[in-house]
Amino acid sequence: MKKRITEAFAKAKAGNRGAFVAYLTMGYPTIEKSEAAADALVAGGADIIELGVPFSDPFADGGVIRSAAYEALRQGVRLDDVLALAKRLREKHPDTGLVLFTYYNVIYSKGLARFAEAAADAGIDAVLSVDLPLEERDELLKEIQPRGISYIPLIAPNTPLERVVESANGLDNSFLYVITVKGITGARTELPTDLLGRLDSIRKVSTLPIAAGFGISTKAQAEAVSAHADGFIVGSALVKRLGAEGELKGEMLP
Amino acid sequence: MNTHYGKFGGQYVAETLMAPLKELEAAYEEATTDPAFQRELDEILRDYVGRETPITYARRLSEHLGGARILLKREDLNHTGAHKVNNTIGQALLARRMGKKRLIAETGAGMHGVATATVAALFGMPCEVYMGAIDVERQAPNVERMKMLGATVHSVTEGSATLKDAMNEALRDWVTNCDDTFYVIGTVAGPAPYPQMVRDFQSVIGVEARRQCLERYGRLPDQAIACVGGGSNAMGLFAGFIDDKGVKLVGVEAGGKGIETGEHAASINGGSIGVLHGAKTMLLQTDDGNIIDTYSVSAGLDYPGVGPEHCHLAETGRAEYSVINDDEAIAAFEALCRFEGIVPALESSHALAEAIKRAPALPQDALLLVNLSGRGDKDLGNAGLRAGLAAMTKRI
Repeated sequence: MKKRITEAFAKAKAGNRGAFVAYLTMGYPTIEKSEAAADALVAGGADIIELGVPFSDPFADGGVIRSAAYEALRQGVRLDDVLALAKRLREKHPDTGLVLFTYYNVIYSKGLARFAEAAADAGIDAVLSVDLPLEERDELLKEIQPRGISYIPLIAPNTPLERVVESANGLDNSFLYVITVKGITGARTELPTDLLGRLDSIRKVSTLPIAAGFGISTKAQAEAVSAHADGFIVGSALVKRLGAEGELKGEMLP
Repeated sequence: MNTHYGKFGGQYVAETLMAPLKELEAAYEEATTDPAFQRELDEILRDYVGRETPITYARRLSEHLGGARILLKREDLNHTGAHKVNNTIGQALLARRMGKKRLIAETGAGMHGVATATVAALFGMPCEVYMGAIDVERQAPNVERMKMLGATVHSVTEGSATLKDAMNEALRDWVTNCDDTFYVIGTVAGPAPYPQMVRDFQSVIGVEARRQCLERYGRLPDQAIACVGGGSNAMGLFAGFIDDKGVKLVGVEAGGKGIETGEHAASINGGSIGVLHGAKTMLLQTDDGNIIDTYSVSAGLDYPGVGPEHCHLAETGRAEYSVINDDEAIAAFEALCRFEGIVPALESSHALAEAIKRAPALPQDALLLVNLSGRGDKDLGNAGLRAGLAAMTKRI
């Protein structure tokens, strides 16, 4: 079994840079344009693509990703469409990490075993569910881990360090998604002043690579974060640009 | 503390909310063992809310139906006009104890919003209430009340623009401001410890009603009946009788235009298991796990989920859950006005309609205890109610 996520971080480290993790809401503006944008991201240096599956009630998201999700749903984009798209991406990009990113009900309603089968078949490397904390994740891990799929835990600004350790326990081919601020997704002009120190503390106790996300939209922010983390995650900024321009081309970050 | 009810319940929230939930859980556990907390709560319930609320025998209605006696637990007589205040006082006391500076709430019919705005004024705390734009329109008097009480009301236009969307927006506020903000959830839904905490604060309904029944009738009721949206008034009533196996517990869901039409809000009878707003529960959803727009003439029952403990009670068979459609609830609404001089909330009218259905087949010594969870002043301008009354062909 290929460990694409572990390898993506190793490769970035060897290149003396942070791994570039890119989030897109699949089906926005259309499923075809999502696919083209994912291809462009891989060509433009993304190491891991987070495939966002739209959900009707995105209570952890800011305006940009919510609007994208509603538009994708309006077009009828569902989990199975995203898995089919993942399969095409997997064939084209054998080394890129693919993370399925959604709310738990989208996964749960399919039936966890059926979901795990389908995700494995599509070549998904890991799953991230916004509303599935440590306390509740075992029932999902039991189904996905035997099929070679890992899980990406979220780490919040108020997550104690002991919990950071627990969150990484038992996971391989994964990373810790460190949320930069308390709040919802979306670009911010400034990152919190205590972020870099917090990244240092988390990195010290983590057995997994760590990547920072929420509010990162520029190359300068990505570089600042990468000095203290193994990678950075860009979401809303890409979704917004894709919505406005219909495609991603040239430099992926301004 | 219970976090799960059989396979239901849990804490399905964003990681940022885990620390606030643990903080809340610890504060609540500590408060429940502090006699001073319970004493202050009891005092406010007595001197400010006006508890205890009586049980009223609906004599003319019962005699008209010619069967069981219908008893009404009069939560409509509470200050603010519904059971919601029992819970908001408890949570506001807890917020103050935890040093939180600001209250937020979601609301459907507006009763929980009003009850939260009320305690915010009482305790001198700023209050922001999230309410779906459709509910803002159909429950206008409650919007005015909240504003008069000093609360800010945010009209939520996203999604279906009803209660679930208001809750989404309240969660976004909480995740951003959790350091100084207390989220006052209005029902027995949401992540643990809310379902248990709200049930505990509402259990005063059932505990009082049980004692009152014994005092007045020398026996327990045969059935305890309450409407279920999220299910807080029902859990409050059931809590008093849960160990009395001889008392049948009946929850009544909103059938809207009829379950078969798909336009309803009956999560237990017409839904499937899923995860929303922090809990594993019965949901109205598509095969793909997206939440379906619900419908009920009653804004307070118009929610696609239900409290996890209700799902568990349904699964174990301890409680049964029936469905009352809009037209039946509206007929019951009118009947209570005309027979008893009481204007019930449309929500509570669902429970009443179920009792009206059951009473004629039961002997005259049978007691049906109905939780009259709120008063109906707020509904008088509701276009759905008006249309329903105009279209009514058969009166009770």
